[in-house]
Amino acid sequence: MLAVKNLAVAFGALRAVDEVSFEISRGDTFALVGESGSGKSTMARLVMGLLQPENGEVVFDGQRIDHLDERARRPFRRRMQMVFQDPGGSLNPRRTVRETLCEPFVIHQPGQRDLDEKVLALVSRVGLSGEHLDRYPHEFSGGQRQRISIARALALNPEFIVLDEPTSALDVSVQAQILNLLQDLQRDLGLTYLFISHDIAVVAHLSDHVGVMRQGRLVEVGPADQVLHAPSDPYTRALLDSIPPERPG
Amino acid sequence: MSDYSGDYVLELRDLHVYFHTLGGRVHAVRGVDLEVRPGETLGLVGETGCGKSATASALMGLIAEPPGEVLASRLHFRGKDLLAGAASGRDRLRRLSATAVAEVRGGGISMIFQDPSAALNPVFSVVDPIRAVLRHHLMLDAPRAQTRALEWLAHVGLPDPEAVAGKYPHQLSGGMKQRVAIAMALAPEPALVLADEPTTALDVTVQAQVLALLRGLQEETRIGLLFITHDLGIVAEMCHRVAVMYAGRVVEEAPVKELFEAPRHPYTRGLFAARPTLHGGRERLAAIPGAVPPPSAIPSGCPFHPRCPRAQAKCAAQMPVLEGDPHRAACFFPVTS
Repeated sequence: MLAVKNLAVAFGALRAVDEVSFEISRGDTFALVGESGSGKSTMARLVMGLLQPENGEVVFDGQRIDHLDERARRPFRRRMQMVFQDPGGSLNPRRTVRETLCEPFVIHQPGQRDLDEKVLALVSRVGLSGEHLDRYPHEFSGGQRQRISIARALALNPEFIVLDEPTSALDVSVQAQILNLLQDLQRDLGLTYLFISHDIAVVAHLSDHVGVMRQGRLVEVGPADQVLHAPSDPYTRALLDSIPPERPG
Repeated sequence: MSDYSGDYVLELRDLHVYFHTLGGRVHAVRGVDLEVRPGETLGLVGETGCGKSATASALMGLIAEPPGEVLASRLHFRGKDLLAGAASGRDRLRRLSATAVAEVRGGGISMIFQDPSAALNPVFSVVDPIRAVLRHHLMLDAPRAQTRALEWLAHVGLPDPEAVAGKYPHQLSGGMKQRVAIAMALAPEPALVLADEPTTALDVTVQAQVLALLRGLQEETRIGLLFITHDLGIVAEMCHRVAVMYAGRVVEEAPVKELFEAPRHPYTRGLFAARPTLHGGRERLAAIPGAVPPPSAIPSGCPFHPRCPRAQAKCAAQMPVLEGDPHRAACFFPVTS
């Protein structure tokens, strides 16, 4: 579904992403895990075309998509979507949920007729209802706002979604609801996820494959069980050893 | 329960915190009892808005009045009644004044905050505030304060203390800044330290180092530590006892092993079940339905009843009180295993 090959970008002297390569199969969840400054969010921006790589390739469904201009990229924008960490910051506070959810259709499918129906189906899909449509973001809890962001990402029936720390701002009881929702959506819609996170327990819960990033480099990549339970890289081991215990010793 | 020997560093009864806002009066902390012994770490755990940070801020005298209002029936710090001579407020409680707390703050009670950048003044070098607390609270003269401050920088694991001392906060990493903040909190030799999510802003490898540092310093100094966190893994690692807060109240309190092995309150059980773990597999998590109520709209009776799988009619009508010793739970239908 998605492959990146020798991807690299630098900000001044900082090599933010350095020769990173991996592949994600259709229907899989691939997690990029790392600490702050490891380059994992920069990877998300490179994959989404929000940032141009200096080197390397991004290949989506067999086609190279880095260096495409806006017009050429447009069909891919429909098929690739992104959900951000802070739903408060990624939703326009002056738009109702209905307006927010109509926008993707207005841009990509102008003249769409049954908008009301589509928007209602979207909110139901993420566990909200029609009564929520004419409210503004500030009237929702953090978990509900993240459901709205997910509904917006789903609007144009994407195949691939980048999830950049989608539950990091949420409490554990609400995080569980959103993780369950993401798993349900993947199963029902056959979605492929690139999941960016610093939380190894959440990564273990959600992912099929895991890549560990440190200072812009991918230090280890492989099936989740192998990377998280039998790591070969010393940094991965140090990272795993740093996690607080599950219960008192 | 009212008969205490003098061996608590902190004894708090029936703490209430109100905030007077444009939208009306918000009752953020609703009758919290806590006690901390020397050398003990009490974990205060809960989700956003449960009142755990407001509890710590109230104890530090950091809630401005107005718009805040802090009341309690008893607040003893090392046997000293901090409510002595306090004006009486509503419901036969006494009003805690910031000046009463200020007397014991620093020398007796210190606090470590979540964001070390906000705790350090950017225009002073790292050694300045440590020197200042040593001079103010331990009455050291300038040369001695300088020597002790450098010793503290070494003690909290900063390499090359002499070089670090002259640096400014922006020249240090988050982990190093939190180490400086810890030195600042412990230098005046307090009896009680409140740590409010001290590692939440740090990366996991740095967090592990800072937690190990705090544990080591506590064993050495026998301070009482009130550790506020939302992370049950950190509770398991750091705490001797735990109080779980929900909607402004403590709903369960127990020695840490008992809480993890046999939680009684359905909310505590829900928190454990909702938590993804490294070895937990990929099955659906048992999410708690609904959301944490905002302090302005706390449900009647037991505040957890609308989200509780065990709730019955009684739960909406009456507020359960904490029962049991030493494992206490505020629930009419607690889980018994």
